[in-house]
Amino acid sequence: MQLASDQSASKHGDFTSGIHLPNTLPRRLMTWWMVMRIALEERLAYRGDFALGTLMRFLPIITQIFLWGAVFSSLGDDSSTGKKLGGYNFPDMVAYFLLTMIARAFSSMPGLAGGIASQIRQGEIKRYLIQPVDLVGFLLLSRVAHKLAYYFVAAVPFAFVFFLCRGYFADGFPSAHLFIAFVGSLVMGFLLGFFLEATIGMIGFWFLEVSSLLFIFMLFSFFLSGHMFPLTLLPEGVLTIVNFLPFKYLAYFPAAIFLGKIPDDELPTELAIEAGWVAFFIIACRVMYSRGVKRYSGYGG
Amino acid sequence: MAGRLTIHPNYWKVFLTFASNSLIRDMTFRANFIFQCISSVSWTAMNVGFYLIIFQFTNSIGEGTGWQRDEFFLFLATTWFINSIVQAFFMSNAEEFSELIRTGGLDFALLKPIDTQFLISFRRIEWSALSNFVAGLFIAGYSLYGLATRETDPYVPSIAMFVLYVFFVMCGVAIMYSVMICLAATSVWLGRNQTLYDFWFYITNFSRYPMEIYNRGWGTALLGLFTFVMPVLVVVNVPARVLAMPLHPRAWWEVPLMLWAIVATIASLAFSRWLFRKSLLSYRSASS
Repeated sequence: MQLASDQSASKHGDFTSGIHLPNTLPRRLMTWWMVMRIALEERLAYRGDFALGTLMRFLPIITQIFLWGAVFSSLGDDSSTGKKLGGYNFPDMVAYFLLTMIARAFSSMPGLAGGIASQIRQGEIKRYLIQPVDLVGFLLLSRVAHKLAYYFVAAVPFAFVFFLCRGYFADGFPSAHLFIAFVGSLVMGFLLGFFLEATIGMIGFWFLEVSSLLFIFMLFSFFLSGHMFPLTLLPEGVLTIVNFLPFKYLAYFPAAIFLGKIPDDELPTELAIEAGWVAFFIIACRVMYSRGVKRYSGYGG
Repeated sequence: MAGRLTIHPNYWKVFLTFASNSLIRDMTFRANFIFQCISSVSWTAMNVGFYLIIFQFTNSIGEGTGWQRDEFFLFLATTWFINSIVQAFFMSNAEEFSELIRTGGLDFALLKPIDTQFLISFRRIEWSALSNFVAGLFIAGYSLYGLATRETDPYVPSIAMFVLYVFFVMCGVAIMYSVMICLAATSVWLGRNQTLYDFWFYITNFSRYPMEIYNRGWGTALLGLFTFVMPVLVVVNVPARVLAMPLHPRAWWEVPLMLWAIVATIASLAFSRWLFRKSLLSYRSASS
């Protein structure tokens, strides 16, 4: 709050307080730092609950391991290395599910779209129209901070589970260029997840009640991102369509890179397409926000 | 108070009142109701799609378990029946319960001349969740038809099997209800129990697959834990086995398992009742 009013003073400083504080880069960085610190502390307040919640999130992996174990065993493959489904043998499959957990840790944005929509509905969005704080920027920074806090706390349970499951990573660690691509796809996955959800949330400017719509969107994103199974298991025709959608970059793509399932010659193109999607949603989100604000009318205090 | 005034509410009537009130409420926001139905049915469709994909590659879940496509879809339908009933009748109530504890609203529930657990369990009925029950009927109908018309030994369950099926589905619902009441009761001790729904999801996740798949390596420990200690594995497995009959002839352990399911149902109901009453004793009002 303090900061926001400082900035506001700096912007209108010439005729309000007479104190001139130029809006330079260091000041802006300070604002960002403050926003991040607030979010970080917010997140770390319940760290016990948080670490436990993270560990629990791996429980479905256990059922997945047994389900796929049963499926592969009925292929007449108990050595569990030979038979492949959609290019994945049994250890690959388990490794895939573990890696999608990492990918989702970057790309999933719980409550983002719903939060934006409810801020619009309840009129809280007024705050961002009055104060010199940009809504999207503020939310992005808070997310970055939340995610950082999350990795900080979740690193221990993640490391623990991956250590237990190290046997499923049959090919060991990927080569350097794959690892760089993997990290790049994770970071872009974060940006894609954020701007995609933010764009969806902006629909709240046009429709007041969007929770059912969001639920259906979430289902699609869950199914088509490859969170339930490697997308290469899909029938040919469906796979072609899904390949044209942005969802696969949220979970399937980073995991597939790590496991070396994306051929080297396709990798740069795929990464470029992902970057294109990120750019598309950054612009879409901005356009919808500015259009939405024009429509928006805020009543009351 | 002149003398002892004992009130015996007619539980059935009260339940019907709750049901009709909820229906009126749902029908007030009709578009929302339809949207909720659509979204839960699309979740069903997605699951069906997932298993159809699996059965493209394999003809049974697990070698020699007999859970082939039609049998497994009957299993899935059973999961859907039980889950939709639990969601329709108990889920929102259990969530409401933790909210009542946090806000102190439980005081009013305690004061009413009716069994508190009954009041807490049935107050709100989520009619839209029953759309998944209908979806389950379609899946079950489809797979029963598939079983009856397949080329090698077509199979039509007898009437007795259907009766047993309904009975064991009810047992399954009772076990799930008990798990939920236990989770809800813990919110008295833990204060706000935000992750109730998550926890519920993670536990019941184990019940959604044929129990044979756990019978390998360290899964045996899980199999034992979730069959005998926290019997969520019998919830779907027992009724589904009764009706789908994956193994011809039935395995020797199926009848003992059915008997165990009955014992487990009674035990979990009794335990959850005990835990619920115990939790109420340590309830300290939050307001006024």
